[in-house]
Amino acid sequence: MTIAAVTPRRFGRALTHTAVLTRRNLLANVRLPDVLLLSTIQPVTFMLMFLYVFGGAIETALPPAAHGAYINWLIPGILAQSAVFGASPTAYGLNTDRDTGVIDRFRSLPMARSAVLAGRTLADLTRSTLILLLQLGVGIALGFRWQTNVLGLATGVAVALAFGYACSWIMATLGLAVRNTEAIQAAVYMVVFPFTLVSSVFLPTTTMPGWLQAFAEHQPITVVANALRGLTLGQGALPPGQTVAGQTLLALAWTAAIIAVFAPLAVRVYRRSIS
Amino acid sequence: MEPIITVDRVVKRFGRDVRALDGLSLTIPAGVIYGLLGPNGAGKTTLIRILATLLRADAGVVRIAGFDVGRDAEEVRARIGLAGQYAAVDNHLTGRENIEMVGRLYGLSRRDTRARTATVLDRIGLIDAGNRQVKTYSGGMRRRIDLAASLVGRPQVLFLDEPTAGVDPGSRRELWELIRDLVDGGTTVVLTTQYLEEADNLAQRIAVINRGRLVSEGTTEQLKDRTGPAVLELSIPDTQQAAAIDALRHVATVPASYNRQRGALVLPAIDGVATLREALRALDAAAITPTDVGLHKPTLDDVFLTLTRSDHTTGQGQHFAAVAGTGTHEGSETS
Repeated sequence: MTIAAVTPRRFGRALTHTAVLTRRNLLANVRLPDVLLLSTIQPVTFMLMFLYVFGGAIETALPPAAHGAYINWLIPGILAQSAVFGASPTAYGLNTDRDTGVIDRFRSLPMARSAVLAGRTLADLTRSTLILLLQLGVGIALGFRWQTNVLGLATGVAVALAFGYACSWIMATLGLAVRNTEAIQAAVYMVVFPFTLVSSVFLPTTTMPGWLQAFAEHQPITVVANALRGLTLGQGALPPGQTVAGQTLLALAWTAAIIAVFAPLAVRVYRRSIS
Repeated sequence: MEPIITVDRVVKRFGRDVRALDGLSLTIPAGVIYGLLGPNGAGKTTLIRILATLLRADAGVVRIAGFDVGRDAEEVRARIGLAGQYAAVDNHLTGRENIEMVGRLYGLSRRDTRARTATVLDRIGLIDAGNRQVKTYSGGMRRRIDLAASLVGRPQVLFLDEPTAGVDPGSRRELWELIRDLVDGGTTVVLTTQYLEEADNLAQRIAVINRGRLVSEGTTEQLKDRTGPAVLELSIPDTQQAAAIDALRHVATVPASYNRQRGALVLPAIDGVATLREALRALDAAAITPTDVGLHKPTLDDVFLTLTRSDHTTGQGQHFAAVAGTGTHEGSETS
């Protein structure tokens, strides 16, 4: 297949097709009430669970920047975690589209090749944005107070969403490369759970055994959670030696690196996807 | 008539051992319903997928409307429509939204998409139901929406992979009507089917495919003629089955075979009644008395059987007899 040059017309077409498919994928969320309900209630329930189950025990171990309230520590972490969780529907959505022959139809149409993946990941990003804002709203209602300014908070949410979007491309690769839906579910949980639990999302990493701590402190979700804490609670919320700008840039670097690897990979798998 | 599709010595392998298509060649004239007929695993779907630019052939050339499906895939896609084995429609969208989405992806403007969607909805008789979500539809309605979506871009060629699989008989006839109408509008339709009745009813030309090769090609009538004017059916006691096949080996050009559906040995009767007389004489010489004898006009079933068997060694005959039996239609009366 010849690689056609990117002309303004082709670019415009790709945008139109991406918009058409983003809308289609978003409508699936809006029109299937059970999906909408579960995908919004679940993250909030999780948040409340962690808040009230862990909260009391942890408050004493928190750095002063949390002002003695676990919710101040938890919300930035939960937002980082939700952004990652919010990427997993990309895998299921693409897998279903392949199984139901929808991707076959798309591939037989004279349409922009990039639109199917872009439309899927952008729809999932939109939904993630809503879920994060919902969690943030509930968090604020329950007493979360950011200690910096609104710009810091907005930047924090944006960093989390950008990282979640990058994770969507991992999930896209997974959803197209793995045939079996249950296998995908297993793969998603195998990757997402350890990474979000063995991190600073819920608890400071200082009480973990040394070998685990080394992993927990350097893995990307911790970096993102720390960046969010720095941006919302200030320098004092970060482990010694880290700066707010440093963690933010590091989180963005992880985001860029994941996209750089997994976007081309997902496109490759998509082109070869044969059902 | 000018061919709109040419398939030239196409080979497609899956893994090292499976040759899904094994040097298949075909030409399909414009403006006909063309049936690809064959048992499961014959290579029909693989061929459709190559034609629809979803798969690349390992060797050979395929051209649609003058464009190479490998090199000019984009040009080909602008001229084809595809309705796969499942109705690839979204449950959460209305019928109209499903069709409009495909219209936009074909590159139609918003206004053209709306107008064109109204036209195809009218054509499939779902103008009113078009505003309901697809999840409320019956299986037949889903198929019709899927068909309409594949038509919205005004394709020159429409590929239908088992268009009526899993659809009730009533809806099947409606779909056939629809497909016939399409050809009146100038669209070339290429469909795969395992239902011999479907090919017989719909297709003007048929390619019989088996094991990735073309076994036979022609109009429905030509194919039936190849079996001879009649088919001979002989009911033989089980214990004498093998001896009977042996005794009959010189009676026809292909060996007789046991047809499970009919519970009898069948073989083409090239010379009609003369063949019948010869067969009875041969059995008599082997001291075998058939319990029942029949001579009937060949159905596509018989065509299929004869053609796929004469192409291969006898060992596979039984297998295809069994496969072909699953698609038997009700009109195969014995005289």
